[in-house]
Formats: sequence, C-alpha cells, structure tokens
Amino acid sequence: MAAREPTVNTLLALLLMAVPLVALAIGEPFYITLATRIAILALAAVGLNIALGLGGLVSFGHAAFFGLGGYVAAILATHAFNGEPLFLGIPGTTSMPVIWFVAIAICALIALPIGAISLRTAGVYFIMITLAFAQMIYYFAISWPAYGGEDGLSLYVRNSLPLVNTAKPLPFFLVCYALLMLALALFWLIRGSRFGAALQAARQNATRLSAVGIAPFNINLAAFVMSAMMTGLAGALFADLNRFASPSMLSWHMSGELIVLIILGGKGRLFGPVAGAMLYVFFEYALGGITERWQFFLGLILLGVVLFARGGLLGLLAGKVQHG
Amino acid sequence: MVEPVLEIRDLRKNFGALKVTDGVNLDLRPGEIHALIGPNGAGKSTLIHQISGSIRQDSGTIRFLGQDMAGLGMAARASLGLGRSFQISSLAPEFSALRNVMLAVQARQGPSFRFFRPVMADKSLTDPAMAMLERVGLAARSNLPAAELSHGERRQLEIAIALALGSKAFLFDEPMAGMGPEGSRSLTKFLGGLRREAPILLVEHDMDAVFALADRISVLVYGRIIASGKVDDIRNDPEVRRAYLGEAA
Ligand SMILES: Nc1ncnc2c1ncn2[C@@H]1O[C@H](COP(=O)(O)OP(=O)(O)O)[C@@H](O)[C@H]1O
Ligand SMILES: [Mg+2]
Repeated sequence: MAAREPTVNTLLALLLMAVPLVALAIGEPFYITLATRIAILALAAVGLNIALGLGGLVSFGHAAFFGLGGYVAAILATHAFNGEPLFLGIPGTTSMPVIWFVAIAICALIALPIGAISLRTAGVYFIMITLAFAQMIYYFAISWPAYGGEDGLSLYVRNSLPLVNTAKPLPFFLVCYALLMLALALFWLIRGSRFGAALQAARQNATRLSAVGIAPFNINLAAFVMSAMMTGLAGALFADLNRFASPSMLSWHMSGELIVLIILGGKGRLFGPVAGAMLYVFFEYALGGITERWQFFLGLILLGVVLFARGGLLGLLAGKVQHG
Repeated sequence: MVEPVLEIRDLRKNFGALKVTDGVNLDLRPGEIHALIGPNGAGKSTLIHQISGSIRQDSGTIRFLGQDMAGLGMAARASLGLGRSFQISSLAPEFSALRNVMLAVQARQGPSFRFFRPVMADKSLTDPAMAMLERVGLAARSNLPAAELSHGERRQLEIAIALALGSKAFLFDEPMAGMGPEGSRSLTKFLGGLRREAPILLVEHDMDAVFALADRISVLVYGRIIASGKVDDIRNDPEVRRAYLGEAA
C-alpha cells in the first residue's frame, strides 16, 4: 500500500505530459494551452502546499504572490518594449530567466513582512490577515493607472528564453512542465528534510516543537516565504501564458482557487496540487462548456470531497499519508 | 553549598483573582530528585509551565544554570537544556515514536534550516533516537504514530524526547499518571537512575513513587509552598498531613 503513491504520481505526471502531445497529434493546439494552464496552476499550488499542506498555514492571500509574479513579468516586458527605464535607469527586460528571478525575489521580499505580521496570529485570524494584505495589494494595483489599473497590463509578445521558441504552445508548455517538476522535486526534498520535519511538527503540535527547542515562528516564516516564491514564479508564467497580467490574478478569488486545488487534490501530498489542478481545469472546461454555473457544480464536488474524501483525489487513489 | 541547577525566587502568577503561584521559592540541586506534591488545582502544572517558559510569571525570577530566564521563550529554554514532559501528553501525533524523538535529536544538533538531506536516511538522527527509545523500553513501538500509542507509552515517549535533548534538568509533570502498577514500578526504577544524568523536578501524585524516589519534597497548596524538606520530615509534618496527606490517606 505504501508503494502506491509513487505509482499514482508517475501516472499523473505522464498524463499531464501526454495531453499536449495528443493535442498536437490530433491538431487541437487549444488543449496544449489547457495543459499549460494546469501546469502553471499546479506550480502555484505546490508553492501554497508548502505553507498549507506541510505547515497547516491556511494563507488566503497567496493571490498576492501569484499576481505580483504576473505584474513583474508584464511590467518588465512593457518597459523593455517602450524603452523607458523602470527607475534609477534600470531597463526592462523580456528575458524569462531574469523575470523569474525578479518575480521570486520580490515575492520573497514582500512575503517576509506579510508573514512576520500574519504569523503572530493563528487559525481564522491568520486566514483573515493574509486576505487583508492581499486585498491591499489588489486595490493598490487597480488604482495605479501607469500599469493599467483596472484594465490590467498586456504583454505584446511572450517573453523569451534562450534556445526555446516560447511563442509556440508546445515549447512553452515544456518550460512550464519542467519548472513544475523542479518545484515538485524541491517540495519532496523539503518535506523529507530537517526543515520539513520541523514544519510538519509545527502543524501537528507547535508546543511540542517549542519543547524540543525549535521556535515554530521561524520555521513557519521560512515556509511562508518559500511558498510565496514558488507561487510568484507561477504568476510570472501565467502572465506569459495569457500575454496579460490581470488584477484578477491578485483577487481573493484566486487565493480561494489555489486552496480549492489543494483540497481537491490532497493537502500536503506531493502530487495533490497536480491532481487538483487537473480536476479543476477539467471541470472549468467540461462543465463550463455546458453551463455558465459550473462553479456551482464545482462547489458541490468540493463539498463531497470535504465530507467524504478528506484526503482529496490522492487520498482516494493512493491511501493515507505515510510519514516514514 | 553547591550551586542549584534551577533556582526560583518569589515567583508570583495570578489568573484573574486566583493566586495560582503565590511567592514560590524552590531550587533543584545537582543529582537530586525534588518532588513537588499537592492537591489538584494547587498550581503545580502552572509552575512547571512558568519554568519551561510556556507561561510568563507576573513577578519573581527563574534562574537556570545561573542564567535569568526572563525574556526567553520555551524554545530557547529547551535548547539551554530544560527538558520537560507534559501532564497531558503533547506529541506530534502523526509522526512515529521514532520521528518524535528524532525531532529532539535534530534540535540538539543545531538549527533546523537544512532543506535537502532526508532525515530518515540520516543515521546521526535515527541511531540516537532509537537508542533513547530503547532506554525507555519503546523500541518495539518505534514505527507507530504517537497517536496510536497507549497513555503510558506516550509518557515514556515524552521522557525519551527529554533524554534525547541532552537535558540538564528534567521537569516531569505526573509521568506515572495513566500507567498500570507494572509501568509505574519500572518507571520509578528508571527515574531513580536518571537523576545521575540530570536532576529532576518531579510532580507526582503516586505517593509510593514519591517516597521511593524523592531526595526532597516540597508541598504546594493554593499556590504556596507550605513545607519543604527531607522525605521523613514531610511525612511527619502535621500541617502537611492536614492539608494533603491526611486527605489522600
Ligand atoms: N490558563 C488558565 N487560566 C485560568 N486558570 C487556570 C489556567 N490554568 C490553570 N488554571 C487554574 O489554576 C489552578 C491551578 O491549576 P494547575 O496548575 O493545573 O494545578 P495542578 O497541576 O496543581 O493540579 C486551577 O484552579 C486551574 O483551574
Ligand atoms: Mg497538574
């Protein structure tokens, strides 16, 4: 039984890889975009899964980091195109690696104070305060006309990566897929490490962690920042996928969506976010084609998962968590 | 006189109108078991909480190894060597017994900001943790989640964790509670030997264990120490008999 989870994970990874290949074979490139969307949302949720799944920190503000990543990509690209420097004569750029680096760094810088303040609280207060911070950033973005305000900010062309033609759907999918796999590898390493042990202990019993001499606050803060960095990277990719950074990336709906992905897929499970993103995008597409009210049905499904399948899809497929 | 390991001076704590700690003076000397007894609600657990740093005192000082603990949180005090067990077991319930102890071993080895090396393959963590479980007689249960252990086994696990920390003083809050007579006897024997490693402040209701183990006894009633001394002195103290032992007999 313990051996089932790796098999399920492998199958999920292969399935996600197969979608765009099949799409290409049958001449339906739209499905490549759908698969890319899954990979990016899964990447964002792998980030949140560090805080929420391992640490039990229910951040209802991760849209802030997703959106920040998106705006970093769009703003840098805009400046690169119009040739105006950002500030202090720093030019924009259309280089993805530079954009990723900046997005990750900015998310870390912003997550640090947000986490330091929010982690003074716990439970429902933590949920509310992370939401409040994210909404502050949201309103800041829509009231800043220089970068599109409520209209958001378009990218003229997709940003670039050496040796890869990112304008084509399949190569861009492969880039996102590779980053997702990298993030999953990192999550796996972190979960099994000393830090991961402390983080999971903080979730189970913070007093126990303190009693062995490890301060839960520091562990949780580090987890929150790492979590935000991954979600920020996903945001940058999302803006590139849509060639658009929308304020909706920053809104509380987005934070909720990421939490839903994790609950659907399986909280704290390595491939929970992947399974969750697949289900979510599938429902969005399949149900969305039939009815405008697809989110109502998604709500029903979510209710079913919470009531009858606590472990999410991974819990159903691979059984209970094994803690080694 | 030898320096006490732990020195508590005029400690006070109120919960609203309740004087739960009312001018307590207490010390713990190298090599001894100092038993703290008293009726339910006397404030024994609250005293342990203040020493370990999970509750702040209103006034008074706690010195551990000569250092004032004021301003130090629970984690900082634990890393200085204050190991404790809880009256109501406090463990990481999903983690196996082994992983619970490994957490203490890793804390003792330094900061936990190490992100890559898998703990389960790290012999510097698993070996000492297993050795501690063996010492308390839990080796055969090492792979069970803490939540699935019996009451008594959880108590033993807490002690194994305190051992793994390399504690310089132990604070044990009713370690015998919920153990059968057999378990109490073997734990009594174990604690008797443990005092050579580090002194123990022992809160315990089991009077057989207390009289068998204690080098000194202090009696806490309504937040005050009403008597403190050698076992025989306490056994024969009229005030203690009236306030506590008489009632228990
Ligand atoms: N956090 C708290 N707030 C208010 N009263 C408390 C709190 N903790 C304990 N008490 C009260 O303080 C008294 C002492 O409790 P405790 O230290 O647990 O006693 P003991 O361990 O000696 O049985 C009890 O009357 C208890 O109800
Ligand atoms: Mg008590």
